[in-house]
Amino acid sequence: MRMPLSAAIGLFLTALYFLAAIFADFIAPYGMAEVVGDVWEPMSAEHWLGTDSIGRDLLTRMIYGGQTTILIATAGTLLSFVTGSILGFTAAVAGGWVDQALSRFVDLMMSIPSLIFALVVLSVMPVSLPIIILVMGFLDATRVFRLSRAVALDITVMDYVEAARLRGEGRGWIIFREILPNALSPLVAEMGLRFIFMVLFISTLSFLGLGVQPPMADWGGIVKENKDGIVWGVPAALVPAVAIATLAISVNLVADWILNRTASLKGGRGA
Amino acid sequence: MHPLIRLVARRIALGILLLLAASVLIFMGTEVLPGDVASAILGQGATETTLANLREALGLDRPAAVRYFEWLWGALQGDLGTSLTNKRDIAATLAGRMSNTLFLAFWAAVIAVPLAIVLGLVAVRYQGRWPDKLISGATLASISVPEFLLGYIAAFFLAVKFQLLPSVATMHGGMDLGDKLMAIALPVLVLVLTVLGHMMRMTRAAILNVMQSAYIETAELKGLSPFAVIARHALPNAVAPVVNVVMLNLAYLVVGVVVIEVVFVYPGMGQYLVDHVAKRDLPVVQACGLVFAAVYIGLNLLADLISIIANPRLRHPK
Repeated sequence: MRMPLSAAIGLFLTALYFLAAIFADFIAPYGMAEVVGDVWEPMSAEHWLGTDSIGRDLLTRMIYGGQTTILIATAGTLLSFVTGSILGFTAAVAGGWVDQALSRFVDLMMSIPSLIFALVVLSVMPVSLPIIILVMGFLDATRVFRLSRAVALDITVMDYVEAARLRGEGRGWIIFREILPNALSPLVAEMGLRFIFMVLFISTLSFLGLGVQPPMADWGGIVKENKDGIVWGVPAALVPAVAIATLAISVNLVADWILNRTASLKGGRGA
Repeated sequence: MHPLIRLVARRIALGILLLLAASVLIFMGTEVLPGDVASAILGQGATETTLANLREALGLDRPAAVRYFEWLWGALQGDLGTSLTNKRDIAATLAGRMSNTLFLAFWAAVIAVPLAIVLGLVAVRYQGRWPDKLISGATLASISVPEFLLGYIAAFFLAVKFQLLPSVATMHGGMDLGDKLMAIALPVLVLVLTVLGHMMRMTRAAILNVMQSAYIETAELKGLSPFAVIARHALPNAVAPVVNVVMLNLAYLVVGVVVIEVVFVYPGMGQYLVDHVAKRDLPVVQACGLVFAAVYIGLNLLADLISIIANPRLRHPK
């Protein structure tokens, strides 16, 4: 099937952002924390996006910031998918009290807004990258749990799963060899949306000063560092908006395409 | 007993249970997690004696379960303890902050809810045509930018470039309603934008769902105009899902408020929470967390109750 134009553009831009993140050290024109000019210089040939609140090159900050943001978001997404989907599949296959216990616990976790819960936890935990990734990953795993449980419940009643059970296959085989391959496409589409959610989440935490700590750059932190310029008409704080929005829309376009392409298969975008 | 009353009573009991469990979770989140609270507050320079003193001041030497019940009992009576950083009574501070936050959220809801429903109806009426596409495109764009950036974009253009509105929402006692509304115009605008997208999308989906029913086809075949079909036949049946959507988004608004208050330096509960997370002022964080969770759970409960009551099949059992 041919790829629609919107999905192609989305895929291209997403790939571009990831490549920029991976090769940040090679493409960034200056050092990450290097002061190279005056405060809030306008755009020029030397500084394509101008300089930031203490005279660092903004383009360099954006590239390194993208690296941090994308790295954290990717790690958080992977963690939430591994935990959420394994627990979700287990709940669907095992049923009974295992399912009840896991589902009620997830209901409870979702009854408190993620941001509020993250703030509560971060008030006692040291704010470091591994902790942030763990907090975000586990909070988000609740949503993946609900989706993968719903998808897996549809699949467990299929004849081939019944056949595998009668053959005497163990729970591990049923989860990884029967359910996982058939549940993959709705999960992959959801993964795109969760990734975007993670990007927004880490940016918000950093903006509040409870995420990535200076001098490391990240997109939310860049807004925080340059927000005082707004009053003087310096748009430096708005640059991350462009990056976050284009990344979010690109990933959404790709996710929509994957979902539409596989809409005839089992599953769908659950609650 | 009437089955409706039984359903409602059961749902309320469940809500209370959920709130209790959430309070345990909030308490556990700050108390039982690895990492010592006292050393987290004092940082690296703490000596053994100062640590021991602080633990005693916080009552950390007693078992967590005992402290939880004391905390909960106090909270039920309106006593949320005192702040560690400025020794002020939390409940008194919180009350003022909360009325500011509710003021902000109220005006955002008053504007966003009718607007979202009308735009949702327009999107359904012109489904697949340009107004629908325009609306869903704009929604996608608005939910792809975090709230705080939307706030600064609005401040940059409306407050700094065109000088239409104040960029900082300061509040003080001597302001009359007009001054206050002027001060919160920008944060309200941004809050409306952040919830509008979700609310409109979900309204559209809820009405489209109803539009597939057989009685809608009958109404169309009778020759009613498209707007009459939507307004007279689809909307009344979509009330329950739409109310649900509205409530869920009001709950979402509660979280959006946290970030927006920081952006516009608005003296509400969100800023109170964020400030004290950075200062590691646990009693304040726990109190704010509990209030936010209570509002969130309450709105979700209300959404469920309204959709139970709005369902005619439950109202008139056979």
